[in-house]
Amino acid sequence: MLVNRKLILAHFWLAFAVFGLALTLGAWQMFIRSPIGTWLSNPELYYRSLTAHGTVMGYVFPTLVAMSFGYAISESALEQRLVGVRWAWAGFWLIVAGSIMAVIPIALGRASVLYTFYPPLIGNVFYYLGVVLVVVGSWIWVALMSVNLRVWRKAHPGAPVPLAMFANVAGSYLWAWTAVGAALELLLQIIPVAAGLKATIDAGLARVFFSWTLHAIVYFWLMPTYIAYYTIVPRAIGGRVYSDSMARISFILFLVVAMPIGMHHTFADPQVGAGFKFIHSAFTALVALPTLLTVFTICASVEIAARLRGGCGMFGWIRALPWDNPMMLALAFSFVMLGFGGAGGLINMSYQLDASIHNTQWITGHFHLIFGGAIVIMYFAIAYDLWPHLTGRELIDVRLIRTQLWLWFVGMIVTTFPWHWVGILGMPRRMAYFDFGDPAIAPQALSVTLSAIGGFILLASGIMFIVILARGMRAPQVDAGPYRFALAVHQPATVPVALNTHALWVALMIALTLTNYGYPILTLALSEGTSVPAVYVGAQ
Amino acid sequence: MSTRDLFTFRNRHFTVGVGVIAGMLIVTIVAGFIVLPFAQPWVQFANVWDAICSAAGVPQRAATVTAPEQTRRLSEVVLTSRTLSRPSQEAIGRGATLAQRCAICHGPTGISRADSPNLAGQYAAVIYKELHDFRSGARTNAVMSPFAVNLTDQEIADISNYYAYLPRLPAYHPTPQLPKPNIVIYGAPMRGIAPCGACHGSLDNKTGSPWLEGQSEVYLKAQLQAFAAGERRNDISQQMRNIARAMTPQEIEQAAAYYASQPPDVVKAVD
Ligand code: HEM
Ligand SMILES: [Cu+2]
Repeated sequence: MLVNRKLILAHFWLAFAVFGLALTLGAWQMFIRSPIGTWLSNPELYYRSLTAHGTVMGYVFPTLVAMSFGYAISESALEQRLVGVRWAWAGFWLIVAGSIMAVIPIALGRASVLYTFYPPLIGNVFYYLGVVLVVVGSWIWVALMSVNLRVWRKAHPGAPVPLAMFANVAGSYLWAWTAVGAALELLLQIIPVAAGLKATIDAGLARVFFSWTLHAIVYFWLMPTYIAYYTIVPRAIGGRVYSDSMARISFILFLVVAMPIGMHHTFADPQVGAGFKFIHSAFTALVALPTLLTVFTICASVEIAARLRGGCGMFGWIRALPWDNPMMLALAFSFVMLGFGGAGGLINMSYQLDASIHNTQWITGHFHLIFGGAIVIMYFAIAYDLWPHLTGRELIDVRLIRTQLWLWFVGMIVTTFPWHWVGILGMPRRMAYFDFGDPAIAPQALSVTLSAIGGFILLASGIMFIVILARGMRAPQVDAGPYRFALAVHQPATVPVALNTHALWVALMIALTLTNYGYPILTLALSEGTSVPAVYVGAQ
Repeated sequence: MSTRDLFTFRNRHFTVGVGVIAGMLIVTIVAGFIVLPFAQPWVQFANVWDAICSAAGVPQRAATVTAPEQTRRLSEVVLTSRTLSRPSQEAIGRGATLAQRCAICHGPTGISRADSPNLAGQYAAVIYKELHDFRSGARTNAVMSPFAVNLTDQEIADISNYYAYLPRLPAYHPTPQLPKPNIVIYGAPMRGIAPCGACHGSLDNKTGSPWLEGQSEVYLKAQLQAFAAGERRNDISQQMRNIARAMTPQEIEQAAAYYASQPPDVVKAVD
């Protein structure tokens, strides 16, 4: 029952429009610092672009996708009109306003601080206020998801919450809490300095606050993808979810252990005690669990589809899968990228191995493979799957869709594999210029060129994606029927209260945040003499 | 189905969930705060509490090691965003009076005819820093040092604001504009040299770096050579010494000649 289609489409279109712009900037960055581009001579332009690319890709684009998908889930899984539509529009316009407010100072070169903020570097205050507005807009969505679930529960006392909505609300709570870290950093530390009320800033504390956000935000980006794995893919390929409880447990685990592990981003920071680094890395190891559960459950669900289609044998069933179905293709590509990216992640989370790739191009290669690859390709799949239900028109170009997904996959591999490699060779990230004429780094020229070519493949794929959706707005009308989610092999009639509500897990998430972050934050905040003078972007 | 049924030890999910998480936490705390610190044979702890404090990152005073004796003075200038902000007309007026004694070398309009730096329209922070350094002895010059020793903080701020307020005039002896040498536009990344303009105002200005356009070629060259030789050392963290040392003599010539030939209007304005 998709009633507020305009709302959902508006979020999707804004998401994909800003995605297209940021993608173009990304390809340009890759090109300009590769041997095939000519040196800009003004590194500042590169950092402007990098700030815009990171801010859009990290904060605006995935948030909007999660929101639009969340609204769609709420209406169709609960079969209930969205409560609070006006608030939802208010959230949307806050994000529009915030994005514009943030992008203007970036474009003027007044906020080239990169999306991680990098204090004591301080940019124009409107950049940070814009980011805050985007976050506030998304918090409205969090509240609405919670309210809608509550309304539904009242009408269906004791009934199992549909899996898609259960996961969606878990994701929204995760986001609400994880965004608090960066919000504290912005409101208590950065904005007072950017507004001229203070002239010094505790950069170490700011980094700890940011790490609070930086890890779990990754799982927030991942949520729509995982929801699609569990609740769209099996239905789209004619199978069933292998286990409804396993799915719930995975999402619960993300809620509990995605949060208190962010200090693996501060392994190289002197202001954090080694004991806390150890606790955070131990919990980081634990967060692999829900992903492994997911890979297992989804493979089993896919096998069910294959066997229903007559596949047999130990591995013979793989051939029976509907490989011409875009959803099948997207899932397979996503899993391959998740596999390689996950292997890389194991290196990042190991204290000693991390030292050799810290701040190198390996890191950018890694998160592009996971985030730009495994996650974003499922965003595409979600849009393709929902589009006919939102527009009432058919997406006819199935072949084009397949080509687009193939190009994204190939492009991402071509971009990120050499990107990892030059990182191992020691090439630093966030640099505007490399002199490949120098014998010391000449051997890396080929790898960087390959990455740049991959970047253009990705750009081509991104453009195709937008064209397909735009053409879908004008295709012949069809009745796509109600939007449905996958059913489980054993569709639950009742679910234990702990797997049907979030309270226990949210409480554990907050408790673990306090144990794992409380002491470091308090000591840093209370120690004297830990602040340094702010460095203003473009100031005299 | 209420929270009363959820948060109770009768609920197996509650017991198992909380138990496993609490157990994990305790195990990792014991490992991270007690076992692992003692597993490092090269670190000595007085007792368990000492190890715990160390692993928790409790700020500790370093052992009483005296800082090495400094043979030469270093720059001690502190500049916050408020030091020079929004000068009043009186402040600029006071600066103008004080600056009369500078005119003999730096020119009555702030444009020198004596291979001293042109100060008209220079960034206030730059003049402020150099005068402080001359006063403290971090930078020395037979002519300048005696002028600076008796200035008060207020006088230094006023003079800085006065010169920053003056219009940037074309240099007294402009030469035909030269093409940009590589060292100026590209720097030399492999030698750790950023383009000059990344700090000196044509691309971006980093606080304390002067703009150089139209300055005397002789003066610029002498300063670069002094940085390279380590005779001038008031650049914080050796920012200029590191660059000047890595420049070739030709690059120093080229950069000095190029900047001397430029009009100062390409420089970023002060806001
Ligand atoms: C969905 C696709 C993409 C996402 C989600 C994404 C996301 C990001 C993020 C979050 C950053 C960090 C910015 C920072 O370090 O401040 C970044 C950096 C970067 N991205 Fe992307 N990006 C995507 C696609 C691309 C594409 C297609 C290219 C081109 C090949 C690209 C090239 C870059 C480059 C060159 C950097 C800067 C690396 C550095 O200098 O540290 N990105 N991207
Ligand atoms: Cu992380």
